[in-house]
Amino acid sequence: MAKKRVAVTGVGMTKQRSSRPDVTGIELINEAVRAALDDAGITRKDVDAIVIGNMDHFEGINYVDTWSVDGNGALMKPIMKVCTGGTTGTTVAMAAYYHVASGLFDKVLAIAWEKNSESDTTGAIITAFDPFWDRPCFAGAVAGLALEATQYMAETGATEEDAAYVAVRDRKHALLNPYAHLHINLTIEMVMESPYLSWPVKMGDMCPRTDGACALIFASEDVVDEFPHRPAWILAVADRHLWAYTSDPYVNQKMVGGTWFPAMEKATEEIYSKVGITDPLNQFDLAELYLPYSFAGLRYMESLGFCDRGGGPELVRSGATDLGGKCPVNPSGGVLSSNAIGATGLLRVAECALQLQGRAGERQVPNARLALATGFGGCFWSDELILGVDKPEKPRG
Amino acid sequence: MAEKRKDLIKISSGEAEQPFRWSAGADGSKFLTEIRDHKRFMGIKCPKCGKVYVPIRRVCGPCYVEMEELVPVSDEGSIVTYTVVQFGFVDPSTGKQKPVPYCYAVIHLDGSDSYILHFVDETDPEKLKIGARVKAVFEDDDKRTGSLLDIKHFALLDQTG
Ligand SMILES: [Zn+2]
Repeated sequence: MAKKRVAVTGVGMTKQRSSRPDVTGIELINEAVRAALDDAGITRKDVDAIVIGNMDHFEGINYVDTWSVDGNGALMKPIMKVCTGGTTGTTVAMAAYYHVASGLFDKVLAIAWEKNSESDTTGAIITAFDPFWDRPCFAGAVAGLALEATQYMAETGATEEDAAYVAVRDRKHALLNPYAHLHINLTIEMVMESPYLSWPVKMGDMCPRTDGACALIFASEDVVDEFPHRPAWILAVADRHLWAYTSDPYVNQKMVGGTWFPAMEKATEEIYSKVGITDPLNQFDLAELYLPYSFAGLRYMESLGFCDRGGGPELVRSGATDLGGKCPVNPSGGVLSSNAIGATGLLRVAECALQLQGRAGERQVPNARLALATGFGGCFWSDELILGVDKPEKPRG
Repeated sequence: MAEKRKDLIKISSGEAEQPFRWSAGADGSKFLTEIRDHKRFMGIKCPKCGKVYVPIRRVCGPCYVEMEELVPVSDEGSIVTYTVVQFGFVDPSTGKQKPVPYCYAVIHLDGSDSYILHFVDETDPEKLKIGARVKAVFEDDDKRTGSLLDIKHFALLDQTG
């Protein structure tokens, strides 16, 4: 059980860009860390421990914790690297949370980053999968996600145009975020006319490849008053991983007791029961969801309980998830606008913290008090965190 | 696209290779040698839940027990879901461009409870559908090496007949 309540008290990030040839990975990490320390009003000396993560293979640097020690601030301090695929950024956040919640560390620096420009993303993703059973036919994230989209449309009657609404929404939100990578005033027509990458997924449905880093300060309830910004409390975390083979998630729909996206449904059940969420659309003030492509913004809303199965298209078309709607989804512009993969999950948590602290600029959700962040990865794995303005009554797992 | 700047240096990993040699394990090898030598699919049955896995794996994840009993599985099945890949990319296993377009699908072989991922010989999405029947087409006898690619692809079976 958790011993301490934990809050995010500092946020730093680089601008998310298609390529940063002006910096090494170490220097990119340093930009985000420096920003987070400045934001929290502390120095490297005040940090008790560091958690860092990125995707294995992507930069061909496999010992990033040590390699980046000058930039990440961990010189002669405890540091550990975590990598859980697409969920890496949220797992970094959860690991930092565990460090502090355990009572062993007061101030922990969480860092997540990627320089997608340094390798071929599709090739790198393929090497993350099984050499015997997956790699011979697999075509990376785009095609893997397309399998899900085909099934989703066949089962619910959702259309490619329904999905386009998600892409348009997230990219409109990104126009208000100077840190987002893509600033495109996208239209439904532009998405529909974009070429197929892997039927039924089109160019306009997919996230970009991005260079970027993000760093957060996690602090114990004993020290939160030392920081200049109001704490964004972590109310609960949950995660579920499934088997690894690309075709397994479809098996899991039958075999692990979930109906649709078992990892997300089970993580959601756990975290909602911890925090008392029964009506997410009305209880959350915003959600920052790891939606790597547009169709996810339909189907995952159903697995997260924002609507009934098959209700994703109507929910999104209603405007309830737009900025100004009942529960804005991805006010930051989301993954569809910036995807430095290792950093992507942590950026979701960062946006929730900024919103809860009232520091989200033009995209601020008025009076945001409760926020949901998710990570997505591997073969439909799921990390979830709930953040809030109100200090929880007691430490909670 | 950002213009290429001459004042910022990038280096390439070059032509060097870092080859790996992976073990399929005794069970995975059995699956692959059955295909290589007999053009037959074998599965493995969980003693606890009775589910049959194809390809063969040692552990049933949900039951967390080891499996031993090998059972024959059909070379015909149906499509669970599919996509038609249209973007070009370099296959990291070969270093060459993967020929596109191609269809790959999650396939449910008759007599199994898990699915495999493989090519289907049809690239028109209009002609593909979930539930469509498919049958394995194997490589010629002298070309099979003990790889999943000993199955050339799955052929879409005529639904009208
Ligand atoms: Zn079993």
